[in-house]
Amino acid sequence: MAIQYAGLSSVNGPLVCLEGVKDVGFDEIATIYLDDGTQRTGRVVQMEGDKVVLQVFEGTGGLSLENTKTVFGGKPLEIPLAEEMLGRVFNGVGKPIDGLGPVFPEKYADINGKPLNPVARSYPRNYIHTGISSIDCLMTLIRGQKLPIFSGSGLSHNKLAVQIVRQAKIADSEGKDFAVVFAAMGVQNDVADYFRRSFEESGAIERVVMFLNMSNDPIIERILTPKCALTVAEYLAFEKNMHILVIMTDIASYAEALREFSSSKGEIPGRKGYPGYLYSDLASLYERAGVIEGSTGSVTQIPILTMPNDDITHPIPDLTAYITEGQIVFDRNLDQTGIYPGLSVLLSLSRLMKDGIGEGFTRPDHPDVSNQLFSAYAKVQDARSLASVIGEDELSEIDKAYMKFGDAFEKHFLSQGFEENRSMDETLDLAWDLLCMLPTGELDRMSEKLISENYDPARAEKFMR
Amino acid sequence: MNTVYAINGPVIKVKNTKDFSMREMVYVGEKKLIGEVIGVSSDFTIIQVYENTDGLKVGEQVFTTGSPMSATLGPGIISNIYDGIQRPLGDMKKLSGAFVSEGSSIPALDLQRKYDVKITVKTGDKVTAGQVYATCPETPLITHKCMIPPSIKEAEVTYTAPDGQYTVNDEVLKIKIDGEEQELSLTLCQKWAIREPRPSKRRLPISRPLITGQRIVDSILPIAKGGAAAIPGGFGTGKTMTQHQLAKWCDADIIVYIGCGERGNEMTQVLEEFSELIDPKSGRPLTDRTVLIANTSNMPVAAREASIYTGITLAEYYRDMGYHIAIMADSTSRWAEALREISGRLEEMPAEEGFPAYLPSRLSEFYERAGYVDTLGGDEGSVTIIGAVSPQGSDFSEPVTQNTKRFVRCFWALDKSLAYARHYPAINWMTSYSEYADELSDYYAENVSPDFTSVRQEISTLLVEENNLMEIVKLIGADVLPDDQKLIIETARLIRVGFLQQNAFHKDDTYVPLEKQLLMMKTILFLYHKAYEAIGKGVLISSIIKTGIFDKLIKMKYDIPNDKLEMFEGYDREIENIFAELNRETA
Repeated sequence: MAIQYAGLSSVNGPLVCLEGVKDVGFDEIATIYLDDGTQRTGRVVQMEGDKVVLQVFEGTGGLSLENTKTVFGGKPLEIPLAEEMLGRVFNGVGKPIDGLGPVFPEKYADINGKPLNPVARSYPRNYIHTGISSIDCLMTLIRGQKLPIFSGSGLSHNKLAVQIVRQAKIADSEGKDFAVVFAAMGVQNDVADYFRRSFEESGAIERVVMFLNMSNDPIIERILTPKCALTVAEYLAFEKNMHILVIMTDIASYAEALREFSSSKGEIPGRKGYPGYLYSDLASLYERAGVIEGSTGSVTQIPILTMPNDDITHPIPDLTAYITEGQIVFDRNLDQTGIYPGLSVLLSLSRLMKDGIGEGFTRPDHPDVSNQLFSAYAKVQDARSLASVIGEDELSEIDKAYMKFGDAFEKHFLSQGFEENRSMDETLDLAWDLLCMLPTGELDRMSEKLISENYDPARAEKFMR
Repeated sequence: MNTVYAINGPVIKVKNTKDFSMREMVYVGEKKLIGEVIGVSSDFTIIQVYENTDGLKVGEQVFTTGSPMSATLGPGIISNIYDGIQRPLGDMKKLSGAFVSEGSSIPALDLQRKYDVKITVKTGDKVTAGQVYATCPETPLITHKCMIPPSIKEAEVTYTAPDGQYTVNDEVLKIKIDGEEQELSLTLCQKWAIREPRPSKRRLPISRPLITGQRIVDSILPIAKGGAAAIPGGFGTGKTMTQHQLAKWCDADIIVYIGCGERGNEMTQVLEEFSELIDPKSGRPLTDRTVLIANTSNMPVAAREASIYTGITLAEYYRDMGYHIAIMADSTSRWAEALREISGRLEEMPAEEGFPAYLPSRLSEFYERAGYVDTLGGDEGSVTIIGAVSPQGSDFSEPVTQNTKRFVRCFWALDKSLAYARHYPAINWMTSYSEYADELSDYYAENVSPDFTSVRQEISTLLVEENNLMEIVKLIGADVLPDDQKLIIETARLIRVGFLQQNAFHKDDTYVPLEKQLLMMKTILFLYHKAYEAIGKGVLISSIIKTGIFDKLIKMKYDIPNDKLEMFEGYDREIENIFAELNRETA
C-alpha cells in the first residue's frame, strides 16, 4: 500500500497544496480520495522542499483541508492505447464516454510525449486532398504539416472542419489507412454534438477518435485534451503506420485555460496576461506533427482557433502562426456576403505546399496557377480600393478587368457547396477558366508555354454574363 | 551532498550550499540532466536545466563539475547537427531513437574518427596563444587548424608527435608554459566557455561585403563581412526563406545555422536541401561548410537560450583559424522569449512586455561578437551575424525589434503587404537601411565598377520618388499624372518587379553575380534616360509602353543566363532602335 497523505494545506482555484510529502517526481499523477467515496486526479506542477502543488483535473469543488487522502502514483499521466480506439469517444483526459466500456490497451504512453529529433524527421512532401478548391489549389495541406484555421466567433469554421474530415483523402491510397483524431477543447455542447452527429451521418465516425472537453468541463482537463489526442495520433501514425489528421478546436479556449491555470499558480504574466511560456507550450503541441524516418505514417494537424475580436495580432493567433507552417484565415466580409468557405486568400498561406505540389504530386501547372491567382487577387484588392475612392467608372481597362475577375473568383472559385467535393483537375481547370478573364500580358507568373497551351478567352465567357 | 530542494519547470533550487559558482555546469539527479547555475545566494543556488525535468524528485543529488558551460572545439564540428548544448543529434538518434530523451551524455565530437594530422611546430619552438600547431583536413573544403588555447600566453614545445592518423583526444603536442613546472599536453580539441567571447588581436575596419547574390541585398542594402544584420518580419513574410537563400549563396567559408526555437520541419528542410545543393565555387555539397544547431520550439527552453552562445562560440573558433563565417540565427525573438520564460520562473521583476530588464544588454553582447578581426594567430577572419526577429503581432515597436535595431547596422525589414503580393524577398526598400553602404563603396568601385555607387543611388532615388507619387495616385488615380511622372512610376515598377523581386526557385535567378546586377541596373537606367529624353520631345508614355520594352526588361532576369552577360548589349541596341523609331514618328 502506497503512502496516503491525509488532508491538504491549502486550496486555491484548481490547485491544492500538500506538505510533508516525500519521494515524489515532478509531473507525477496523484489520486485524491474524498471521504464521500469519490476520487479525483491531480498532477504535480511545483515542488519546494516537502511542499507539493497539485493541479486537480476535475476541479476542487467540495475539497476541504481535511476530507481527503492523497496517494501518489509514481509516474506521469499515461493513457491506454489501442487500435480499437478508432470510432470511440473519450472525455478530455481519455476516459470513454460513449458507454462502450474501457479500451483494452496494447500499451500505455506518457501524454507529454517527447520532442522529435529533427534528424529523425523526413521533410513532408505529398498532399492531402480536401476537395475544397481554395485549400487544394492555394493553400495545399501537406502530410505532416500543421496548418491552423484562424476564424472568428460566428464564422463557419466548424462546418469547414466537418467538410474536411468527410472529404479528406490521401491521393495515392484507398484511404484505408487514413484516420482522424478529433480533439474538442472547451466547445459548447451543441457544437460537440454537431461534430459527432455529422461524423455519424456521413459514416466517417469509424475512422475518427474523438476527445471531447466541453466548455463547462474543468480547465485542467482542457489543458490535457490535446496532449491525449496527439499521443493517440502519434501511436497510430508511427507505430501503426496510418496517416492521421488531427483536428483541434478551439485553441483559443485552450490558451484561456492555460492563462487561468497560470494565474492561479501565481506566475508572472507575459503579453495580455498569458503566461510567458505560451509559445513553448503551444509549440509542444504543434511540433508533434510530422513524418519520421522508418515509418510510413504521418501526423497532420489542423488546429482551429477563433481569434478574439477577429484580431490576428492577438497573442494566440500570432504565436500560433509563428509555429505552424502557414495558416488558413477566414474573412468575415466574405462570409457575410454568403460565400462559403469565406477564406481570405491573401492572408492564408501554406508554407510546405511548394514541395508537395506540381509534377509528380498534383499537376505540373499547379505552382504557377496558384502563384498567378495570388498575385491577380492581390491586384483585385488594389483596384477595389482605388474604385472606392475615384469610382468604378474612372478605372483603367485593366483595373476593370481585375474587378470582374475578383467577383467571379469569389463567386465561382472560393465559394462551393458543403456537399461539393472538387477533384484537383476540376479545381485547376476552374482556375484557368478564371485566369482567362485577364489579358495575357497580366499573366506574368506564367511561362509562354503554359499560356499558349491553356489560354483561351472563350473559357472565361461563362463568367462574363 | 547537494540535493534538489525545489522544482519549477526547467528551474530548480538547491538549498544551503556554497559549493556552486555562477555559470557553472552541473548534473542534476539520477538521470544526470545537464544544467547551469544561474543564481547563487546564501539561501539558494538556482539552476536552469537544459532538459525536461518530468519525473525529477526533490532530494535527488546535484553534481558539480567545476567548469562553466563549454563548447568542445576541434575537428568534426563542420557538417554536424547539434542541439542547443552541442550534443550531436545524429548520434542521439542512434542512441535513443526518433524522440529526444533526457540525460544522454554524448561527446560533441566523434571520438573514433581519425584525422590525417600534420604537425606544424618543432620541439623547442616558442609558441604563443592562437598559433597553429597542427592541421588536418576536416571536410574536403575546410582545413582544420589546431591552435594554442588563448589562455596560454607563451610556452615552449617539449614534444611533438609525428605526422599521422590521430583521433581528437590523442596527445599530439606537449608544451611547457614559461614560469611553470608542469608540462601541458595538447590534443586536437580544446574547450571554451560559450558565454565568453574568444579573444582576438584587434578589430579591423569593415571593408569587404558579404556577397550573397541577392539583388536587393548586394546592390541596395549591402551587408559587410564582420557586420551584423537583422531581418524582422511577421509570420509568413519569408524570414526563414531569406535566411536560407543567404546561407546557400553567400561567400562565407563556413555557415553556422542556428535554428533557435523554430520548426522541426524547417530544420529537416535545411538538412535535406544543404546536402543536395552543390556549392558552385567548390563543387561540393553545402553541408561540407555548414554547422547546424537545431533547438526546435518543443525542445527544452533553457537549451534554446544556450544555443545562440554555442553557435557563436563555434563561429569564433573557426574565425580564429582565418575563415570568414556567417551566422544565421533564426530566430532571436525565440531566444528572447526563452530569456523571458526563465526570468519569469525566477520571479524577477519584468520590464517591457514581460521581458527581463537585461534583454538589451544580452542582445548587445551577442551582436557585438560579430566583427572582422586580426586573429591571435596573425590571420584575418570574420564573423557576420544575420539574426531573424519575429516581432509579436508584426509590430516593429516591440522590445526585441527595437533593441536589436540599436545593435545592428543593417536592417532588412520584411513587409507583410509585399509578401501578400508574393513579392519575394519581401524586404521593404523604404523602411530598411544599411549603414555599411558607404564603407563598402570603395570595394564596389575597385572590384565591380567605379560607377556602381552612383547607379545604386539613382535606382534608390527612383524608388523614393515613386513612393511619394504613390501617395497622390492612391487619392486620384495614375491617369492624371503628367507623362514624366508616369514614367517614374513605370520605371519604378520595372525596378520592383524586374530587379528587386527575385525567384529563389529559378536556376539563374536564385544567385545573381554582381556584374549582372550592375548591368541590369544600368539597362533599366538606360531605358529610363532614353524615355525621359523622348518624353521631353513629345513622345507619349503610352506609346513607349506599347512597344513592350518595359515588359521585356522585366523578364531579362530570366532571359539572360548568368554566363551570357554580353546579351545586355543587345538590349541596349534594341532600346536605342525603339527610341530612334519613336522620335522619328513624333518629329
